[in-house]
Amino acid sequence: MSHITRKATRHVNQNEGLIFEKSSPGKAAWKLPPLDVPEVNPTELLGPAERKTLGTMPEVSEIEIIRHFTRLSTWNYAIDLGMYPLGSCTMKYNPRVNEVVSRLDGLANAHPYQPEKISQGALRVIKMLSDCLIEITGMDSITLQPAAGAHGELTGLLLVRAYQQSHGNPRKKILIPDSAHGTNPATAATAGYAVENLKSNAQGMVDVAALEAQMDPDVAALMLTNPNTLGIFEQEIHKIADILHSKGGLLYMDGANMNALVGKVRPGDFGVDVMHLNLHKTFSTPHGGGGPGSGPVAVKQMLEPFLPTPVLITKPDGTLGFEYQRPQSVGRVRAFYGNFGMFVRALAYILANGPDGLRQTTEDAVLNANYLRKHLARAYDLPYSTPTMHEVVFSDKLQARQGVRTMDLAKRLIDYGFHPYTTAFPLIVPGALMIEPTESESKEELDLFVEAMKAIAEEVEEDPQLVLTAPHATRVSRLDETAAARRPVLRWKPEN
Amino acid sequence: MRYLPKSPSDREAMLQAIGARSIDDLFAPIPAEYRLNRDLKIPRQMAESEILEWFRDRSRENGDGYASFLGAGAYSHYRPVIIDALISRGEFLTAYTPYQAEISQGTLQSIFEFQTMVCELTGMEVANASMYDGSTATTEAVMMARRITGRNGVVIARSVHPEYREVLETYGHHQDLQAATVPFTHGGRLDPKELEKAVSSQTACVLIQSPNFFGTIEDVAAIAEIAHKHGAMLAVAIAEAVSLGVVEPPRQADIIALEMQSFGVPLGYGGPYCGVIATREQYVRQMPGRLVGQTTDRNGKRGFVLTLATREQHIRREKATSNICTNQALVALMANIFMTIYGKVGLRELAKQNLAKTAYAVQQFGKSANVLFAGAPRFNEFVLQTSEEPRAINGRILGHKIVGGLPLEKFYPELGNASLWCCTEMVTRSAIDTAAGVIGESERSIKAGQQEEFAQDEMPEMAP
Repeated sequence: MSHITRKATRHVNQNEGLIFEKSSPGKAAWKLPPLDVPEVNPTELLGPAERKTLGTMPEVSEIEIIRHFTRLSTWNYAIDLGMYPLGSCTMKYNPRVNEVVSRLDGLANAHPYQPEKISQGALRVIKMLSDCLIEITGMDSITLQPAAGAHGELTGLLLVRAYQQSHGNPRKKILIPDSAHGTNPATAATAGYAVENLKSNAQGMVDVAALEAQMDPDVAALMLTNPNTLGIFEQEIHKIADILHSKGGLLYMDGANMNALVGKVRPGDFGVDVMHLNLHKTFSTPHGGGGPGSGPVAVKQMLEPFLPTPVLITKPDGTLGFEYQRPQSVGRVRAFYGNFGMFVRALAYILANGPDGLRQTTEDAVLNANYLRKHLARAYDLPYSTPTMHEVVFSDKLQARQGVRTMDLAKRLIDYGFHPYTTAFPLIVPGALMIEPTESESKEELDLFVEAMKAIAEEVEEDPQLVLTAPHATRVSRLDETAAARRPVLRWKPEN
Repeated sequence: MRYLPKSPSDREAMLQAIGARSIDDLFAPIPAEYRLNRDLKIPRQMAESEILEWFRDRSRENGDGYASFLGAGAYSHYRPVIIDALISRGEFLTAYTPYQAEISQGTLQSIFEFQTMVCELTGMEVANASMYDGSTATTEAVMMARRITGRNGVVIARSVHPEYREVLETYGHHQDLQAATVPFTHGGRLDPKELEKAVSSQTACVLIQSPNFFGTIEDVAAIAEIAHKHGAMLAVAIAEAVSLGVVEPPRQADIIALEMQSFGVPLGYGGPYCGVIATREQYVRQMPGRLVGQTTDRNGKRGFVLTLATREQHIRREKATSNICTNQALVALMANIFMTIYGKVGLRELAKQNLAKTAYAVQQFGKSANVLFAGAPRFNEFVLQTSEEPRAINGRILGHKIVGGLPLEKFYPELGNASLWCCTEMVTRSAIDTAAGVIGESERSIKAGQQEEFAQDEMPEMAP
């Protein structure tokens, strides 16, 4: 390695096979209490429906399971280890008090169908979180039912469809900027809409003139991420909203980047009609290796009648309950009420912050992104000079001259002890490096990141091969993804 | 704010480095008229001790410490303590989706093991990394059948979880899905004659649940034969994963949508849970959600990666198999650890305890009230028909700190005073006896009341 890494040191970690390779008959990690009712004979009760064998399910002891998963865990990078600057993913600190309160017996063990009389605590959590999120977004009403961001998008577009239908025509298409997250077009298709691409202008924002030209009575809504995936606030947002509204279209906001706005500006105040939030981004619930998420959808008053059933209500006697009789509702998007465990965590985060903490959080997130931009703007190409909010997007243009692309730079960053940024997205920037530090990084951590990125830029000039073959410090080198897709091996099978 | 790692002088130095006079400069792109120039109206910043206290109060309001006979898609099973010990490791808890395989091998290998065990338990050839839950997995299974067959119809058993059916209706409504519902027989299973009538050359798939919403095990082989005869697929939802320990999986199915909450996932008032889709190898490219595959690195060492991503939204955009992105990785890890703990022998023993408790409850409750669908095999749920309205009976059972079965009038009004009872290994004999006692009293008093009424009706005639 040509540069010394201050951030990380290599150390020994344990090898570990697949759990099936440790299994042998007679080992067990379980013990059931004695049965307090008469034993039964499954063959008599089930007849031909009885299962005879569980095949190659493992048989291992408890200590082996502990070591197995602990060893596996040490092969992961995580927020708890350091900066995780994945753009548009908002990898912030996941407070531990959230985990503690979500495991309190009365909340963790509550059955979704238990009587409302003994569910008032859970319902109050839902009510308090709903009220907070409505205030934060400046909207009028909310559903917490969607299980993740993309699920929220779908719910939002179903609301748009129901609203447009109630005005006589569901309309045909959704406008989506070329900088949008891939879930947006996929969601529009799932909601039965055609997708029409909207070009960005030279500043990386929605081309308002193009929008004006494209807007017609077939457009049901525009799906806009704000700040967009370049980390740029849509400065002409009011014009965008006006153009849509003047022709009966709605403004949908993808709230993936809400971490740039909380406590500073409210989407409901700048013309948004419907939006989703990602509790696993902005509100600190853990990403857990890819879920669970939670994607509440907040709406303006005119969309409220269409919200998924059931809807939380305060009853005449002051207790909380669910209302199921909602004739205009789009229906259910998920069984039960949503990812309640994430509601508990998100509310704990909001309570830990209060209004001042949330505002400071947003300010720090934006400060961090601008600090990185300032320090890396010479070493890396900055395709859009428009001011940055919570994330900054560079391109690999300068490094591509040496044949080094964004993914190679990302892999080299791993050797410096960091998780890479988001690579090759947004699509409007060829070879994008999309960096979102979040508020959770100290100045020291940011300085180490800057140092690493600059060192890599130098390596590209001095020894591009070193970068092209990275990572060098991980337990596996670059993995053959092509072979994985060509001959998929998606499960373990016993040899013989 | 205690989560923020900067001192005022750090902030000052950073602003200076950027060349900004104050933080407001950085928010200048937001038009002034929209900026919020006040505090958000939310509760003030709380200390950790206050947050704990607030949620402890909510936990107490939530009826902590009740025994429960509720199931219906959410099951109370014992959760071994090492599940939370392991998933609380920050390297699992605070990692993102494993896009960077070299530093995500822990998550990737564990998902590969998860996929393997789901295949083994369901009898399918491939399984994905997870879906949001059973209801959305079921819906995605139907959409998948539609893509594979190019047909628009779905024939749904009325014995599928009512909320799963509602979710399917919500999705299907805008996708030109033609749905028909087939009733159940007096045996509590899908009516094969009605099914035969409903399936046509336009049917993409038949959707059933087994054990179904009533806890009854469907005759999967017979249903598969009818579906396949018409070129339709068979999709099977399984809401109670523990049943797979002792109930033969629906091997004749083409797609299985499994809810894995029973495998070590807290009830949590309905979520987060973990769905998964399993199917045959030939359909893998039409599958939604993430998949982990085995491969090798440059030195020939075994490793794991996310694979077949060309099905997914971040590559295919509007042509993707689904819009799903974030799924339920950490919950899948809970299920994974649970399956590893119980394994080949324990899962069967656990399932047998559920069978035994349920058989005992059926026997006790059946002494006074009517247990429906007696002819068909069942796992750990059954439907009880009482003379009195179930809510009234449950109200008295609640007095014993026991939550009775789920009243079914909302979902199945045709069943009259019916409720759905579930007995997992967590239900004690004493809770069953107590509930049976209350039910017995209810039946006796109603019958006594009827006799009295009868006697009063007779009276005038008896008088001269």
